[in-house]
Amino acid sequence: MTTYVLKRLVQAIPTLLGVVVLVFFFVRALPGDPARLYVGTDADLATVEAAREQFGLDRSLPEQFVFYARGLAQGNLGQSFRARRPAAEVIARHFRATLVLASIAISAATVLGVLLGVAAALRRGSLVDLAITSTSILGISTPSFFLGILFIYLFAVELRWLPVAGSVSPRGLVMPAATLAAAGLGTIARFARSSLLETFGNDYIRTAHAKGLAPRRVIGKHAIRNALIPVLTIIGLQFGFLLSGTVIVETVFNFHGLGWLLIQSIEARDYPVIQGLLLVFSVQFVLINLIVDVLYAFIDPRISYA
Amino acid sequence: MPDAPAATPDAGTVGRPRTGRRKGALARLLRHRSGSVGLVLTTFFVFLAVAGPWIAPYDPAKPDYTLLTAGSQPGHWLGTDAFGRDTLSRVLAGARYSITIGLSATLLGALVGGALGLWAGFAGGWIDSVSMRVVDVMLAFPGILLAIGLVTLTGPGVGPVVLASAVFGIPVFARLTRGSTLAVKERAFVEAAGALGARGGRIMLRHLLPSVIAPVIVFATLRSGSTLLVASGLSFLGLGVQPPAPEWGGMLSDAQLYLTVQPLMAFAPGIAITLAVLGFNLLGDGLRDVLDPTVRT
Repeated sequence: MTTYVLKRLVQAIPTLLGVVVLVFFFVRALPGDPARLYVGTDADLATVEAAREQFGLDRSLPEQFVFYARGLAQGNLGQSFRARRPAAEVIARHFRATLVLASIAISAATVLGVLLGVAAALRRGSLVDLAITSTSILGISTPSFFLGILFIYLFAVELRWLPVAGSVSPRGLVMPAATLAAAGLGTIARFARSSLLETFGNDYIRTAHAKGLAPRRVIGKHAIRNALIPVLTIIGLQFGFLLSGTVIVETVFNFHGLGWLLIQSIEARDYPVIQGLLLVFSVQFVLINLIVDVLYAFIDPRISYA
Repeated sequence: MPDAPAATPDAGTVGRPRTGRRKGALARLLRHRSGSVGLVLTTFFVFLAVAGPWIAPYDPAKPDYTLLTAGSQPGHWLGTDAFGRDTLSRVLAGARYSITIGLSATLLGALVGGALGLWAGFAGGWIDSVSMRVVDVMLAFPGILLAIGLVTLTGPGVGPVVLASAVFGIPVFARLTRGSTLAVKERAFVEAAGALGARGGRIMLRHLLPSVIAPVIVFATLRSGSTLLVASGLSFLGLGVQPPAPEWGGMLSDAQLYLTVQPLMAFAPGIAITLAVLGFNLLGDGLRDVLDPTVRT
């Protein structure tokens, strides 16, 4: 197992190196001058030049890249242009907010999604099934920015139950987390339902029934446990989508997490922070995929990575 | 998924004669409950994309400063926005932006990604390795991030949004097509074509393509929904189609400021996007059940 995890981590290195190179040149290809944006439109040329020098943007691209790569190798993401502090520090400050938001959203989406999916599968063809499948597909189809606005209108403007703008207070987290969870919840519920229905068709389920096990035991012990294995992959994938979904949801709710920070940094052309954020997003994505694959082996003894 | 027929693994999709199956497919789709709803919704929105600007009662860009953020009333059934522009007309005319962008971006992504996947799968060797590494790097940016990056690079506008949303689909289509190509490549009829002296290009287009296209069509339909979400999301963030164009995502972004004054401004484009995406998703599900029971997304 350890060998497998190490192998996977080693395999991720070329992908992440590709990301580093791509992102470096990507931010520098963006239209707009960070130095000019930093000092403002009224500043004279000398001030702009000074800022450019301070940011290291007066050097040639290869020089800048070597400088960046050398820093990165030592775990240094560079100085944020806007905050004038280490980019890593800026990112770390917003990381917690997104982590809390995304964790609540993925937990809610997983628990509710699996429960709803199982409930729908057990009552296949009933009104309950129809209601759950319709709600799931509606959840997948509703853009998060519209759902967020609907929530704000309903719960903040009309009912005045919750604060409009998101904050890291528990009440401020409700709407952004619900918005973020909706699409994942729908996907997980649909997948859990179809996976369970597929499992019902297996011989070992028939055998379990035939040997006289109580239906509850057949479903609980034999069907659900097997059906949930593929659902795990979907949950992992959803977690990745959810992290990128924070960009829109955090903008709607003015929630100061990583997604919000990304849009702000793009607007300010804050190269080090953009680079750092995109790297953080891709590392998370790679790690989540790895964790899902490892969990697979724990849950399903048939899979071995030896 | 809804009403999924018992899956007959692989048998239905790969390399059967095409003609008879297609005719049956439409009839079966019409009998498919949610699939037929999806077909109706999709047809409606494609119709709007073509005819929307003509059936709109007002000029979607014409302001009326005597009637700002009005509610529903005769003559303006969905009210007016902050410039007194008729919301119904803007939603109708906006279909041309939103739907056209979603569909052309999906098509472009499917074409480029599909071609890449077909080529990589067929050629194998270093071509396969290199293109799949590129796909891996693209997939390392989850979801909308890639599109955001591209559209910031090119600047706002309709063309850039189509391009950015298309690129967001390329890696997934490439993976999908490559997978099916690998499965079909080893089959006897492909080998026979090669033995008869057919060149690579001919084998790919005449023999492999027809066999791998069904899952691509199904997936493209499903993907149209998510592409529409991404494209309107870009405009919502202010990175995509710029005002005063009546793009639905952009309209929602404008409406956010007036939520307490005139919620209809937000509801109208929001419901339009939701229904359009729902249509594509239902149609895609239906098509999958009818055409290709083996694809799972």
